[in-house]
Amino acid sequence: MNIAPNRVEIHNEWDIVRARQSGRERAKELGFGHVDQARIATAISELARNIYLYAKHGEIIISVIDGEKRGISIIAEDNGPGIRDLRKAMEDGYTTSGGLGAGLPGVKRLMDDFDIVSEEGQGTKITAKKYLR
Amino acid sequence: MIDHKELYQHYRKLLIEHMERKSEKTLYNGQLFSRQMMENGVSPEDVLSLHIDVIKEFYPHMDEKFQSAFDFLLEAMIGYGLAYREHQNLRYKQRQLESEIDIAADVQQSLLVGEVPHYDFLDIGVISRPAKRMSGDYYHFVKDEQNCLSVAIADVIGKGIPAALCMSMIKYAMDSEPEQRTKPGAVLENLNRVVEQNVDPSMFITMFYGLYNESQHRLYFASAGHEPGFYYSSNKDEFQELIAKGRVLGLDRSTKYREYEKNIDVGDMVILFSDGVTECRTEKGFIERDEIVRLIRQRMHLSSQEIVDGVYKELERLQDFQLRDDFTLIILKREV
Ligand SMILES: Nc1ncnc2c1ncn2[C@@H]1O[C@H](COP(=O)(O)OP(=O)(O)OP(=O)(O)O)[C@@H](O)[C@H]1O
Ligand SMILES: [Mg+2]
Repeated sequence: MNIAPNRVEIHNEWDIVRARQSGRERAKELGFGHVDQARIATAISELARNIYLYAKHGEIIISVIDGEKRGISIIAEDNGPGIRDLRKAMEDGYTTSGGLGAGLPGVKRLMDDFDIVSEEGQGTKITAKKYLR
Repeated sequence: MIDHKELYQHYRKLLIEHMERKSEKTLYNGQLFSRQMMENGVSPEDVLSLHIDVIKEFYPHMDEKFQSAFDFLLEAMIGYGLAYREHQNLRYKQRQLESEIDIAADVQQSLLVGEVPHYDFLDIGVISRPAKRMSGDYYHFVKDEQNCLSVAIADVIGKGIPAALCMSMIKYAMDSEPEQRTKPGAVLENLNRVVEQNVDPSMFITMFYGLYNESQHRLYFASAGHEPGFYYSSNKDEFQELIAKGRVLGLDRSTKYREYEKNIDVGDMVILFSDGVTECRTEKGFIERDEIVRLIRQRMHLSSQEIVDGVYKELERLQDFQLRDDFTLIILKREV
């Protein structure tokens, strides 16, 4: 299996679809079931859409975790405006979509590991991982 | 979480039963299953995925388009699953908040429920009930060495938690007043300064402060915009308004409060309350003050505590057991 990370640059909505697809294929190769594939694709979608909406451009890096636990890692990185209040952004019901469970807290739920680093005016880096059971 | 295999077997069994002998009973089993799923926190997309897996087992050569349709549905369900999980989390948070509020309400009750002093010459009755969990009403009795009784009743405009927090401050300010309270006007002036300094300008507090002098049997009192109480004269057998004028606390730090006085004869009553009593709303509109007088009159042969309890019960019933505002009613009746 090809375990070189796959980078998808995000500039427009079409890129969001490419990132999803890349993530889903990688998840499938790794042996994730249908539901998990859909979950991973949804998480990528949310992250890519945030880049597209708030940072204008950035990238999604999808790679294989080949350690003790196997899984998939998604990194969403941009040099956009950053997120001022991370605690707020991670709160349920805070998203502009009005608390339908999506957004960053949704990504955290869809995945097993979630980490976010963001500096105002410098950018945002989100790492989310999901392991095979 | 329950085991995936177990879940699969269970769902498979129920689904096959239904496909083969479709009946209301098999559907009912499906409903029970969904309850069990939810109790175990299983997301909708997981249930759908079980369904797809069972169907695939039965129709291994499923039409490809048909299978794609399932995939599409699964994708669409992911969002519902997230909303479901968020709902669970918010429900958990709500329960936590509620238990925090319960604790706060207990703490507040222990602040609010002061001891009611006992006198031979005076029969005192009090009832205070919050509209929600926490109250913005406050009352307070202090008996001093000269056998004088000071009585205070305050009402924070607004209700719920903000009013309750504000009320706690009043309680603290009252407790730091010197023991010798001789001048009701001065007490209010003091409190007014505390409130003006410490409370958000959008909050107002009304207060009645009275000092009952035993040797003179006279009530000295002042009011900071508080709902006027009643004075009952046993001589004339008549209820009068206990009028006292003054601005609400917290408006202006230099406010002065005028002092009033009233002789209290044997059998006379002083009735104090918060506006939760007069703002009781029934189908016919607000309760008239006359109506409250009538409710008290009906019970005048009873003890003060029985009167306030009885009036509360009656007003509670009149508004279908839903208090709209914090309710406090105090009656002082001179016995001898
Ligand atoms: N990459 C980013 N750069 C800058 N700000 C971001 C970024 N991602 C998220 N944010 C900020 O964090 C907030 C929360 O993001 P989140 O994705 O949870 O919700 P949302 O995008 O507002 O709504 P939706 O539920 O539709 O995703 C956003 O409103 C935005 O202000
Ligand atoms: Mg978003």
